[in-house]
Amino acid sequence: MELSGAQTLVDCLKREGVEYIFGVNGGAAMPIFDALYGDSELELIPMRHEQGASHAADGYARATGKVGVVLATSGPGATNLVTGIATAYMDSIPMVAITGQVMTQFIGSDAFQECDVIGVTRPICKHSYLIKHSEEVADVVAEAFHIASTGKQGPVIIDIAKDAQIHKSLFQYSETVDLRSYKPQVDGDSTQIAKAAALIKEAKCPILYAGGGVVLANASEELRELTYKTQIPITVTLMGLGAFPETHPLAMEMPGMHGSCCANYAFTGADLVVAIGARFDDRVTGDLDKFAPNAKKIHIDIDPSCIGKNVPVDVPIVGDAKNVLRELNKLVDTADIDPWRNQIQEWKQKYPFEWTQKGNKVMPQYVMEQIYDHYSDAIVVADVGQHQMWAAQYFKFTEPRQWLNSGGLGTMGFSLPAAIGAQLGCPDKTVVNINGDGSYIMTIQELVPAITMKLPLKIFIINNMYLGMVRQWQELFFDKRYSAVDYHDNPDFALLAQAFGATGLRVEHPEDVEPALLKAKGIDDGPVVIDFIVAEEENVFPMVPAGKGLGDVIRGLS
Amino acid sequence: MDKEERHIFSVMVENRFGVLARVAGLFSGRGFNIDSLNVAETHDKSVSQITLVTHGDAQIIDQIYQHLNRLIDVIEVTDISTGTHVERELLLLKICTDDAQKRAEILQVAEVFRGRVIDTKPASLVVEITGDQGKLEAAIEIFNTYGILELARTGKIAMPRGNAK
Ligand SMILES: Cc1ncc(C[n+]2csc(CCOP(=O)(O)OP(=O)(O)O)c2C)c(N)n1
Ligand SMILES: [Mg+2]
Repeated sequence: MELSGAQTLVDCLKREGVEYIFGVNGGAAMPIFDALYGDSELELIPMRHEQGASHAADGYARATGKVGVVLATSGPGATNLVTGIATAYMDSIPMVAITGQVMTQFIGSDAFQECDVIGVTRPICKHSYLIKHSEEVADVVAEAFHIASTGKQGPVIIDIAKDAQIHKSLFQYSETVDLRSYKPQVDGDSTQIAKAAALIKEAKCPILYAGGGVVLANASEELRELTYKTQIPITVTLMGLGAFPETHPLAMEMPGMHGSCCANYAFTGADLVVAIGARFDDRVTGDLDKFAPNAKKIHIDIDPSCIGKNVPVDVPIVGDAKNVLRELNKLVDTADIDPWRNQIQEWKQKYPFEWTQKGNKVMPQYVMEQIYDHYSDAIVVADVGQHQMWAAQYFKFTEPRQWLNSGGLGTMGFSLPAAIGAQLGCPDKTVVNINGDGSYIMTIQELVPAITMKLPLKIFIINNMYLGMVRQWQELFFDKRYSAVDYHDNPDFALLAQAFGATGLRVEHPEDVEPALLKAKGIDDGPVVIDFIVAEEENVFPMVPAGKGLGDVIRGLS
Repeated sequence: MDKEERHIFSVMVENRFGVLARVAGLFSGRGFNIDSLNVAETHDKSVSQITLVTHGDAQIIDQIYQHLNRLIDVIEVTDISTGTHVERELLLLKICTDDAQKRAEILQVAEVFRGRVIDTKPASLVVEITGDQGKLEAAIEIFNTYGILELARTGKIAMPRGNAK
């Protein structure tokens, strides 16, 4: 049977198992939106801004491991997706972004709402397609999903000309995708794995350093087995939190700029670093010359270009973390490193994340501890800033995909729409959104679809009336010149939530924190927004100042 | 830091719209150098070959290799300069010959470079020369003393020696 390109697209998406497609309508995508109209299998989620739609698709993907799908029109619709696509790209999130394009005959003529989306997104996507003929749709969709979800995952763009959406043609589903130019290496080289095992055996001060790649590869179980078997202390990065339970005695918590002193000292003292799906990001390593100076490095990664990019590596292993760890686990035993383990325990005991009460202010760290106490099983979606770091520090994550945040691009405005995607993907879970007053207002409009869909999101704003993270840097490195960070002119977020149609609460006193959190628990017919008015000039510590080595971590201001 | 070295990559790509932009964009986006670039179809119409000359230290060259490989449309990347190989470039020169006496001299010089005259007009002639970079640069230097009116160069193409592949 002949189908329009748009209908073919919808059918192919369903075959890929897509449940939700997030989007904003517009001229060049109207045939696709029309094909989705009233479809009971593939639900269209209208968002209020394309950026929000892209983060929602991203949040869905992070929470479920499935490919998130976003749909927008040409021109401004497509350019509004750019931040969301770049966010997904930096964190290797599987996503397919579909954009309408002007009619084929108008491409290149500066037509109304024309934009070279392929050109604009080239450096921020894994791959992209421009479809000019409806006959291409089925193959392209199959390839796009294959590419987005295998190897080093990432966003793929399908730009489809309006006439290709309308034109009818015969098509065949692609049963398998076989691209001669794309064959990710998933199995690690066995000689390399044996070398790694030998280094692990020899080491006196080894640490495991796991990143977001472990979550993406669903290799959390294998990582736990490696850790339990070897009893080697482990640090998990901001992107990997939950891959290993932070409640376990071997967990050193996250490393890096605002990581634990224990993890940072461990890097500095280690004689072996086993990196698994982690990329030696500058926020983790600090000054490279001082980074793990005495350690040999084993690096397991699906992306060969990632190995040796920042740090020279002794044993590179290209492969999927799950497959590689499975093999490695067969070769390792309990490490004979008691003095090192004791040293780690001592650091851990001596330097926990800590804070002090200031006056009778609501301290942001206290709010985090309370959120953890009452929502320890929740999926936590954080935004970007101080609140993100406090959440990472004080919430003890125990499961992969329990912690979602934009670690790579650091996109403010990510969390509310991502929480919507996560809640749709995991309807049985509680989804907590930890937001900042600056970040929240960047995508606040997405409260509308959350209310419409009656999603029981717990939206907790850590309101310090500042772009707090930037203010902290200004305080420490710019002589307290608070340029463009004062947000005291923000509206009352509790009242604003009520105006949107959600429950809105305001908390100004420490004793009201817990009751408010308990109250929020009982509201399940829609989102609840709690505006926590916290100490305004609290700083995140420990802190490794930019350009300094991990050993130079500042524990606090004396 | 390691020594900078010149490398010649042969990049086999799907003969598709936009591939060159992906390759070139990779270089500009990541701050890698392109010294010369040549693109042509191969005997298999579905495959194009890009010959790319670049330079950098060992770590950069490795990154270039890995990132080229990472592009979905790239079928194969070979660093030709790591083995023995031949490389050639084609140069076209239009030289001013309004002085009849010089004309004979110019023809002699062309001979030295095994150049061929492929077009001749009363006041100019076009010489075609192939060779490696050093030879072409020497030719340009000498012909410049007679007055080069126009110059076109292909950029390098290269091939490993011997019967590998
Ligand atoms: C889109 C975007 N713009 C600017 C920044 C730079 N930035 C990083 S953190 C931050 C402050 C965030 O403020 P808020 O959401 O209130 O969080 P807080 O640090 O106060 O907890 C800013 C402006 C960014 N990360 N993203
Ligand atoms: Mg703030």
